[in-house]
This record gives sequence, structure tokens and C-alpha cells, in this order.
Amino acid sequence: MKPPAFDYSRPTSTREAVNVLAELGEDGNVLAGGQSLLPLLNMRLAAPRNLVDINAVTELDYLRVTPDGVRVGALSRHSALERSDDAARVQPLLRQAVRLVAHATIRNRGTTVGSIVHADPSGEMTAVLSLLGGSVRVAGSAGERTVPAEDFFLGPLESAVRPGELAVEAFFPARTPGSGSSFTEISRRHGDYAVCGVGAVVELDADLRVCGARAAFLSISPTPLVLDLAEVVHGRSFDDTAIEELSAYVQARIDPQPDIHATAAYRSHLAGALTLRAVREAARAAADLERTV
Amino acid sequence: MSEQLHDIRLTVNGAPRNVVVPARRLLSDCLRHDLQLTGTHVGCEHGVCGACTVLLDGEPVRSCLVLAVSAHGHAVTTVEGLTRPDGRLSAVQQAFRDCHGLQCGFCTPGFLTTITAGLRDNPTPSREQARDMVAGNLCRCTGYQNIVASVLRAAELAAADHDRRADAS
Repeated sequence: MKPPAFDYSRPTSTREAVNVLAELGEDGNVLAGGQSLLPLLNMRLAAPRNLVDINAVTELDYLRVTPDGVRVGALSRHSALERSDDAARVQPLLRQAVRLVAHATIRNRGTTVGSIVHADPSGEMTAVLSLLGGSVRVAGSAGERTVPAEDFFLGPLESAVRPGELAVEAFFPARTPGSGSSFTEISRRHGDYAVCGVGAVVELDADLRVCGARAAFLSISPTPLVLDLAEVVHGRSFDDTAIEELSAYVQARIDPQPDIHATAAYRSHLAGALTLRAVREAARAAADLERTV
Repeated sequence: MSEQLHDIRLTVNGAPRNVVVPARRLLSDCLRHDLQLTGTHVGCEHGVCGACTVLLDGEPVRSCLVLAVSAHGHAVTTVEGLTRPDGRLSAVQQAFRDCHGLQCGFCTPGFLTTITAGLRDNPTPSREQARDMVAGNLCRCTGYQNIVASVLRAAELAAADHDRRADAS
């Protein structure tokens, strides 16, 4: 249970990190919070030749909150996002979801950008990025590019970050007027990986009737799955969205896989039930936010 | 194969320490093997059990999921650093003793560090918050009831300490 040997570098700026990664190419791996990477190293499921530790790149430890949304630097820990009242005000879904990422002790070290790049299908923040239509800014020796969420997740544990590149920032768009959100999940024990999870965003019109609804699913598909639910609940009052048709609609569009934790049928059941819960809570949150402004 | 070694500087329980380690040395092993601070216990070594929890710049982290080299320049507090300057038990340690919050003691260092930071952030937890505070740590002996009681007792002891200090000043 000890990591295999690797070469190590500790850049102190983004530029230096990108230069080192560009030089290493396929052999370079980024170490940020390490809360997914270190278990893989300890169990010897991964044996990178080189680790480029960005924990000293303090310029990437930031949260920038503007009316447009929240920009999270690559060294910003989950706990910083969880604590940020500004971030929660501009995009409430961030705190709703990040508090479900593992345990508080893990959130103190793990980074939000790192978990997104890790691209685990059970990751909360991958689902949030997809649901909100966010993006990831990636730096390489040739310059920077911005990858939209829909192009970022290529497969389980596989993102669009190429060898030699560093993901420097994730962008989560702000809550749109009239919308509300919710995030809910089921795990065997509090803090464990979710057997299934659902995040929802519901938009209401001036009469507090649903005019838009989307949901993202955890542990259901190889990459984050986002479904548009508007046609099922369109026009319904904010307090009357939890209808059985919603579960059936979702269950007809997912193909969950069985594993040691749950059968496919149980996952499908959870996806349906949690969708009802998440959509109901998101619609109520939207109505509450409308009434308070 | 000879591994490259790295000079690192840590502040451990308030004292500056210099250590020479290979990059793959876990912080948990650095504390135990290089600095002989065996109070930090190593259970699962993949971040599940919480026994190895230490405070890194005051915040609880799994020392088995941090490389010692990554902690270069930072402050680490282990269970050895929780006692009061005069050697008496801290409020959290005393509460564990009062409430029988441990049996075999293997997981205890992780609980003590976690709760010390938890009560600093929330000095008056409800029972539910106390349970949540220790939710990331595993104990196979106690069934957790007495650990949750210890959290609440530690909050009382710390509040009493605080009042005494306020009276004295």
C-alpha cells in the first residue's frame, strides 16, 4: 500500500507547470488534491512515470465570482467552494452538490477541477458542470483552449485534457432568473460514492409554471448524462411537478449497469425516484427565489 | 534503483523539521518513520478509514492521501500536538476519556484531530452536527455512541475553559 517510485517536480507558476508537462508529454501526470490519484497510487492501480505537483502553483488557488458565474481555479479545494456564500448565491447548485462530495476531510484537500478532470461517472461536480453547460479552460504549450462540458467527458475516467496540458479553470454559469436547482443522491453510507444521484434545474415563468427542466445523473452512464425533461412537466405549477410520468420518461432513456453495489433495475428505480425528488425541490427553490426578489 | 531524494521543511506541532524523503513518501509514513511520531495511525491507506487524519495548516486531511513533498512549507498538527502546553489533555482528549470514547484506540488519533478542528469551526454542535463531524472516520469498537457523546462533552469542556479564561481576565 505504498506508491511506486516516480519522478517529481513542483512548479510554482502555471507557465512553469505547462512547460514541464509539455516536455514530459505522455509521461507526465498532474497531481492536484490527490484524493483520487493517491488511492490509485497506494493500491498500485496507477504507476505514472512523472508527477507534476501543482500544489505550489498558488496563482491557481482562487474562486472568482461574477454575475456571469463562478470560475474555480485548479488549486481551489472543494471546501473553499462549499464555504463560499458568494458562489452559493450566484449558483446555488454548487453548494448543493459539493457538500455531497465524499467527506469533509476529503473536501479539504480534493480540488473541484481535479475531480472534473478525473471524470468519474459518479462524480458530483462532473454532473454539475454538464447540467449547467459549463466549461473547462485548458492550458498547453501552444496556448489555451476552452472546452465546453459536452465535449469534455470522453469516457469513464477520461477527459479531453491531452498529454502535456493542464486544466487551469472550471467555469460554472450563474443561475438564470426564474430558475432553481437541487441535488440529491443515494449512497450506501453517508459520504460514499453515490449508487445513483440526480441534479436538477427547473425554470419557472412569471406565473410560477414550469417552462424548462433538466436533470443530470450520477453513476448511470459512462459520461455525465443530461436529460431535458421540459416536455414532461411543461406548464405545470411549481408545486405539482412530481408526477409519475417523469420517472417513466427518465427510465426509458437510461441504461444503467449493474455492479457490486446495485443491480441495473435498482439503479433505474433510484434514477426515477430521485428525479421526482430533485425536480420537485428545484421547482420549489425556484419559486422561493422568485418570491424573495 | 536509487530514488531521487527531496529536502523538505515542515512545521510539525509547532516545531520546524527538515526531512529528506523520496517523492513517493506518504505524509503518514513521513510522520511515523522519519519523524518517529507514531501517534498518527495508518489503517486503510486509501483514504477510507480516517485513522491517519492530521491537521494541515489547521484543516483535517488524510495523511495517507498527501505526499510528504506536497506538504513542503506547511504546518502539520498530529495527535501529539493536541495536548495543552503544560502536558494536560486537551478538551477533546479529556472528553474521550470521560465518555469512554475509545476502546482499542487505533482510530482515536484520527477522531481527535478531526473533532479538534470541527469544534474550532463549530463550538456548539447539535447531536446531529456532532455525528456529521465524525462521519468520515471509522471505528470498529465503540459503535460511535460514545464518540458522539465525547464530541458534545468536549464542546462543554471547551466552553467551560473559555468561561474560566474570560473570568480570569
